[in-house]
Amino acid sequence: MLYLLRRALAAIPVMLVVAVFVFLLLRLTPGDPAAILAGDMATPEQLERIRTSLGLNEPLTVQFFGWMGDLLRGDFGTSLISGKPVLDLVADRMWPTIWIALITITLSVIIAVPMGVVAAWKHKTWIDHIVMTFSVLGFSIPVFVIGYLLIKLFALDLKWLPVQGYVAPSKDIAGFAARSVLPALTLASIYIALIARMTRASLLDVLGEDYVRTARAKGLTEKRVLFRHALRNAAVPVMTVIGTGFALLISGVVVTESVFNIPGLGRLTVDSIFARDYPVIQALILLTSGIYVLVNLLIDLSYSLLDPRIRY
Amino acid sequence: MAEKTLRAAFPIFTRKITAHVGIAPILAAVVLALIVLGALLAPWVAPHDPIAQNPIMRLKPPGPDFLLGTDAYGRDLLSRVIYGARVSLLIGLGVTVMAVVLGLAIGLVSGFFRVADAIIMRIMDGLMAMPSVLLAIAIVSLMGASIWTVMAAITIPEIPRVVRLVRSIVLGAREEPYVEAAISLGTSMPRILWRHLMPNTFAPLTVQATYVCASAILTEAILSFLGAGVSTETPTWGNIMAEARIYFQLKPSLILWPGVALSLCILSINLLGDAARDILDPRMGKREN
Repeated sequence: MLYLLRRALAAIPVMLVVAVFVFLLLRLTPGDPAAILAGDMATPEQLERIRTSLGLNEPLTVQFFGWMGDLLRGDFGTSLISGKPVLDLVADRMWPTIWIALITITLSVIIAVPMGVVAAWKHKTWIDHIVMTFSVLGFSIPVFVIGYLLIKLFALDLKWLPVQGYVAPSKDIAGFAARSVLPALTLASIYIALIARMTRASLLDVLGEDYVRTARAKGLTEKRVLFRHALRNAAVPVMTVIGTGFALLISGVVVTESVFNIPGLGRLTVDSIFARDYPVIQALILLTSGIYVLVNLLIDLSYSLLDPRIRY
Repeated sequence: MAEKTLRAAFPIFTRKITAHVGIAPILAAVVLALIVLGALLAPWVAPHDPIAQNPIMRLKPPGPDFLLGTDAYGRDLLSRVIYGARVSLLIGLGVTVMAVVLGLAIGLVSGFFRVADAIIMRIMDGLMAMPSVLLAIAIVSLMGASIWTVMAAITIPEIPRVVRLVRSIVLGAREEPYVEAAISLGTSMPRILWRHLMPNTFAPLTVQATYVCASAILTEAILSFLGAGVSTETPTWGNIMAEARIYFQLKPSLILWPGVALSLCILSINLLGDAARDILDPRMGKREN
């Protein structure tokens, strides 16, 4: 229990570092921050508006604590372009991203874990080699290249699926499904590579353990040894890699949404860069880092459920 | 069979080498060497000027004059892909050198001095929590896009991974008798770090460096593709693909060829990294085999 509390508290300094970094990034950039954000064509009034909006006229410490106070109250600032609160923008755009991410993670686990299990079970056979080759390819072929290859194959050549776009599942569930397949597969490619590789490696480790030999010796079927004894114990490293891989997923979302024209958080990020809408970029970095830290915390907590030897 | 042909063609790959690392890393080395040569000799190798626009020749299919066809401005795709390797390789190399040097320095200090360790590792955890592409985008959008800012923006998120590796090695090595002996002999701190601890990191760092390089090339391509990379006037693989996006349904090859070049480049670096790991640290490789 104490460990859990310590682990949860350890997330605070991490988020604080992220906040300080994001805060200083704009302020320490050489030149006038307001001028950087407004661009070369800005009028003095525009510059002044940005300065007041971000509080740039105040001393750094006042700015920082004011900003932190706002954050803790749930105020992530307002967009310099639309004037809307950043959280409203995020709320408008988050559902497509959440849907795609959920489908991606489910798809990755469903595809990758069996791949890894078979590869470990048929260690050093052609199946193993194929799985490992796929895994290396998944690591090496960039997400957007995979996305375009899939579009070329399934949308342009075979015409099975629409090329791009997004429909909310509440409006048209079939349209949503058809438009989610390719983005989710694209995004899943690197995740599948990561999870399959880790499942295989950790299963190979576990299969060498004494209790696996005992299970085999007492006459259990190979299936039962694999699924009841080995796989469960191999799950901890796999969970870990799902957590650390979450960072890749976030980066991948930005690219995938651009390729498939999905109006989610990734597109919001790209649009904000072009508009130099720093409050939005800043909030998105904070939010995604927060989600990353949270996911990894939850995964840490899941270890004791997966492996009875781990007790907190 | 392929191994035999390869050995016949390149006698440098002795039976011992191919047996030890397999054929994949050798092919990877050849592919990477071709990409590097193409980039270095681009002005002589590329059949056309990669930037000169030629409106009459817009979006031409592949032919004897334009082997991969032309883009929307009538520029030769093959020449642009060859020149595109320059930015990718430069950034890959630059980021690797900077991330390894900075990560090594920070990691040595962090592993050896307990007080510094607590602070440094919190900062590194914070950096690791930020998605690298988002962080790089934010830095580039603030500092303006040049090859140097892109390099810096990609280096910063790579540093923590090097620091963690170096630190874990130092933490292990500092308990070794030869380090304790050096301390009790009154050897100066910098000398212990430099002479006794640092050499331990070289083998794992070599492996890590290849992964940093692959990841840097990938991030650069993503930045270019999203429009947050080096100027669109410079042909980079990401820029070529970004420009070709609106023509994708009409002419997919404009995106696919730079994509193939990029993937081959990253793939061969990753394969070389895996081979380096197998050679330098048999124990490390064993876990995954």
